[in-house]
Amino acid sequence: MLKDITLGQFFPGDTLVHRLDPRTKLLLVTVFIVALFTAAGWMGYGLCVLAFAGCTALSKIRLRAFFKGLKPMIFIIVLTALLNLFYTRGTPILPGWIITWEGIGRAVKMVLRILLLVMGTFLLTYTTSPMALTDGLELLLNPLKKLRLPIHEMTLMMSMALRFIPTLIEETDRIMSAQRARGADFETGGLVRRAKALLPILVPLIVSSFNRAYDLATAMESRCYHGGEGRSRMKQLKLAGIDLAALAVGAAFLALAFILKKYGV
Amino acid sequence: MAEIKVEQLRHVYSPQTPFERTAIEAVSLILPQGQFVGVLGHTGSGKSTFIQHLNALLLPSGGRVLCDGEDINRDKVSRRDIKWKVGLVFQYPEYQLFEETVYKDIAFGPGNMGLSKEEIDERVREAAGFVGVEALLDRSPLELSGGQKRRVAIAGVIAMRPEVLVLDEPTAGLDPEGCGQILDNIRAYKARTGATVLVVSHDMDASAALAERLLVFNEGRLVMDGPPEEIFSQPERLTGMGLDVPRPTAIAMALRRQGLRLPGAVYTHAQLKAGLLAAAREAERGAGPC
Repeated sequence: MLKDITLGQFFPGDTLVHRLDPRTKLLLVTVFIVALFTAAGWMGYGLCVLAFAGCTALSKIRLRAFFKGLKPMIFIIVLTALLNLFYTRGTPILPGWIITWEGIGRAVKMVLRILLLVMGTFLLTYTTSPMALTDGLELLLNPLKKLRLPIHEMTLMMSMALRFIPTLIEETDRIMSAQRARGADFETGGLVRRAKALLPILVPLIVSSFNRAYDLATAMESRCYHGGEGRSRMKQLKLAGIDLAALAVGAAFLALAFILKKYGV
Repeated sequence: MAEIKVEQLRHVYSPQTPFERTAIEAVSLILPQGQFVGVLGHTGSGKSTFIQHLNALLLPSGGRVLCDGEDINRDKVSRRDIKWKVGLVFQYPEYQLFEETVYKDIAFGPGNMGLSKEEIDERVREAAGFVGVEALLDRSPLELSGGQKRRVAIAGVIAMRPEVLVLDEPTAGLDPEGCGQILDNIRAYKARTGATVLVVSHDMDASAALAERLLVFNEGRLVMDGPPEEIFSQPERLTGMGLDVPRPTAIAMALRRQGLRLPGAVYTHAQLKAGLLAAAREAERGAGPC
């Protein structure tokens, strides 16, 4: 079923991680990704694993939720592992074998890097509501408004897109059922036939999306929406003590990652 | 001819997840050929889930649906064939129109049945005739009015000549004139073909006037099943489930609360009138204050 897709799903909660300001979390995720890509030796990777494990434990998000989200990535992860395993030069594990000790090491590191990269960003979306996330992003990108970049409009579009994903999924489900009731068949036949079978779903979906967009625009217009200038917020984001503490920990973490990199461990 | 039998039907959405929800439970009934059945129940009562089992769009989590004694979910072929026998018109069906012309859109269902061109042509014209859109066959569905679109969408299902026609809220969001036309179209189809018709509706007055049998769903169970006079003789039970009652029934309920004695089931204006006249005569005869 389409409904079972977990995409940027938010699991509400009241843990330390949930309470952090979205800006803090965005910055920390950035720090985490930078550290992940500076890591060279095992100690560097260990540090990243430790950081991720610590944050996940604090957030009380179950590991199973992460695995569910990783499912679509399995192919790319396996491919990366195999490529690194077979195409790295070094000392073979047995004389005459193509697999080398270096290959195994690189394969493990690359897989670890992808896993942590994806799961780290999952931790952000799992613990931050889409609204908070886009609000945080807008405030973080605010300085770019000086360059006349339409930051407010961009983040607004982002939050609208996120908001309408479930609606569109529901609508697709309904149209599919309706066409199936008229004997449409989406599962059998060759590629061309299947592509053609999508037409009865896509056309009504696009038509209704346009109608929805017009309605939304009218609704915003009639409430005098005129863009970001001078617009106030109902929920003011404020950096609290825990945010400063978390950012300090993040900075220390990044420094440690660079030191480990310098010594190559 | 098709007789539908539902045995101990149960459906669970998203099983084995935190979002698991039992939508219907222990629903059993028989729909003989040719009945006009109204389906009542407020939002979330399971009525939409129920009707989607009748043509195998949803698979039962438990229980069976039989058509003429055969399990409709037996295999892939039976699940497909049942769609020609049981035609389902969804709520707001105008949103599923996709072809360039009305003609092509009505022909989509018969085309999927693998019929010959002549046969398809005949069915499209016949279905368009039932709902009165013959003049619009070459137009684009997008140019039509809301009521016209709705009738075209219904024609798209009727063109498959289903022996059982199921409609989910066919009059929702239409003006009174559009409502009347659609109900007339459905009646005409039933009269001409002898099909079984199931109409899910919030419009109690229409249900009371049209249906010969009513199904009432509440919290996933079929709680009442009987002719309108039986169902509407217990109006308090309906209002207790958060349902409306037909306007004459509501008036009768209010009058009874004032102490007026009226006969058992009142759900049409004619019955209300007859009941009031009888009460007035009784009062004249000096049977006491009313």
